[in-house]
Amino acid sequence: MTTRLPITSLRAVRRRLRRGTADAAAPAPAAPAAPEAPAIEIAPNDPIVAYFQSAGGVVDVEELELDSPALVAMREAGVRLAVPLVSQGELIGVLNLGPRLSEQEYTADDRKLLSSLAGQAGPAVRVGQLVREQEAEARGRERIEQELRVAQLIQANFLPHEVPDLTGWQLAAYYRPAREVGGDFYDFIELPGDRLGLVIGDVTDKGVPAAMVMAASRTLLRSTAQRLVAPGEVLEEVNELLCPDMPEKMFVTCLYAVLERQTGRLTFANAGHNLPYVATAEGGAELRARGMPLGLLPGMQYEEREAVVQPGETVLLHSDGLAEAHNPSGEMFGFPRTLELVGRGGDGQAMIDSMLGALASFTGAGWEQEDDITLVTLRRSLGAGIGGPEAERVLAEVSIPSAPGNERLAIERVAEVAAPLGLAGERLERLKTAVGEATMNAMEHGNRYREDVPATIRVSLDGGRLWVRITDLGGEAPAGSPVLPDLEAKLAGMQSPRGWGLFLIERMVDEMRAETDGDRHTLELGFDLEGGP
Amino acid sequence: MNATESGAVVADRDGVAVIELRGRIDAGAEPAIARAGAEAAALGRAELMLDFAEADYINSTGIALIVGLLARARAERREVSARGLTPHYREIFEITRLSDFMRIVPDDALATPGPGAST
Repeated sequence: MTTRLPITSLRAVRRRLRRGTADAAAPAPAAPAAPEAPAIEIAPNDPIVAYFQSAGGVVDVEELELDSPALVAMREAGVRLAVPLVSQGELIGVLNLGPRLSEQEYTADDRKLLSSLAGQAGPAVRVGQLVREQEAEARGRERIEQELRVAQLIQANFLPHEVPDLTGWQLAAYYRPAREVGGDFYDFIELPGDRLGLVIGDVTDKGVPAAMVMAASRTLLRSTAQRLVAPGEVLEEVNELLCPDMPEKMFVTCLYAVLERQTGRLTFANAGHNLPYVATAEGGAELRARGMPLGLLPGMQYEEREAVVQPGETVLLHSDGLAEAHNPSGEMFGFPRTLELVGRGGDGQAMIDSMLGALASFTGAGWEQEDDITLVTLRRSLGAGIGGPEAERVLAEVSIPSAPGNERLAIERVAEVAAPLGLAGERLERLKTAVGEATMNAMEHGNRYREDVPATIRVSLDGGRLWVRITDLGGEAPAGSPVLPDLEAKLAGMQSPRGWGLFLIERMVDEMRAETDGDRHTLELGFDLEGGP
Repeated sequence: MNATESGAVVADRDGVAVIELRGRIDAGAEPAIARAGAEAAALGRAELMLDFAEADYINSTGIALIVGLLARARAERREVSARGLTPHYREIFEITRLSDFMRIVPDDALATPGPGAST
């Protein structure tokens, strides 16, 4: 060989030209048999790029007059001739030639040969580049597809394979991952004491990282739920465990609820997840509880709330995929629409079907699902467990217009139902006083004596215990406190003489619970049929 | 004063001012009880007896009205007693601690005067 033909980093030039970056490292030039010339970096904004693109042949480096850093570098490297390789008007590389080894000048023939070589080499190198790029893209696609398969596999393995069979309840679940799998998950956890834990969650991010965090969260929730039970405490502990290992910019929203099968009592805490909805006789309502998502900050506390799911009511747990779906004009399906659909009720599966139907007509055909969709419904059967030895049986339900004195109607009705059950004498009197006070509270403090807003009284039997549930629509806790009022202060005129209601109720019953569920406030009074005098 | 279905009637029995509470002792009884409290005070007796023999319902508002009567009597340094309470309302007087501030007279320990002894 009489000339050395160091090809200056064709790939590097091309890459830098395409990306417009100024600092891409140049790989070693390919000229194994000849002494190597250093790679010459050409910045995309170097005027020599434009010059080379239009040069149309061999360029004499010594004679070129351009304010070009690359030109300076070429001269320093001893480059005499530069042969631009151009394909379809785009500079894809430069063939740099140093002095001839014979120490003679390049002849006109040399230049002609190089020129014609460049004309053919340019397109050929370009084809080679394209083939490599396509191979790299295909490998990238394959890697992504593989990742998707792994993420789907993790997701599928960590979701329940079936919904539990719960006497007096109908559960249904729907899960559809987006193509780029999100981090949705749900779970059912059997707990001691005839209780069931319900989980719905969503990990930010997608793909394998989200699936891994989802798997870890689900496992931590399962083990913690068995040990602690109280939903607020469970979320608090899982947050502590997740925080140290959570990848940056990731977190988990999660709702955890514990259902008492027999009573329908649902205790829940929420780590920043969508509020569950409940379909009641009055329409859809939210079940609110506050808390930060899991994995963001240690030391978080989670508000714990309670609600009672009445026979015929359905609770919906849901992820973002439904409410945050967009139609082609960019409009969001939205939480109000979801809540409105919940308000139409229907048993669990029918509710899921109606949601998906509404979503399909909203988004139209050809919609690509943006995020995972998870829907879990929990419906309490009407007349739950009638005929079942353990379940609660509704004995009476009455709605009373909220007007002063109407508590008498509640007292009479409840006494009528309770007397044949053997509740008599002092215990019947206690029941009457408690029901009267609770109904008065509901009509006065809850419904503010608006006659069109009724207080409802539901009487049911759960084994040996009679339950009277008194519901108003005030959405507030009842006035007063079950603590013994300070009679001295009242007698001294330092406190209102009033404020005895809740204290009296609490002292008359065997168990008292207060539930707030959206706007509905319910006071539950439990009386053991066999008790003291 | 005529006896009414619900309300309070004042009597002066053997040197004791008596308020007979009748019917429903709830928000509806408030004007009658306020009036009776004033009438009983006007008798100037050292003892006030609340007679619940004709009362058939006392709710938390009624308890508040009784607290009001008791507070006034204590301010005027009158002894207060109660009679005619059913076992249920006696229990309520105990758990509310009203019975700590008034003597609860067992029915059999009192020579019951004729009903309707009104002034």
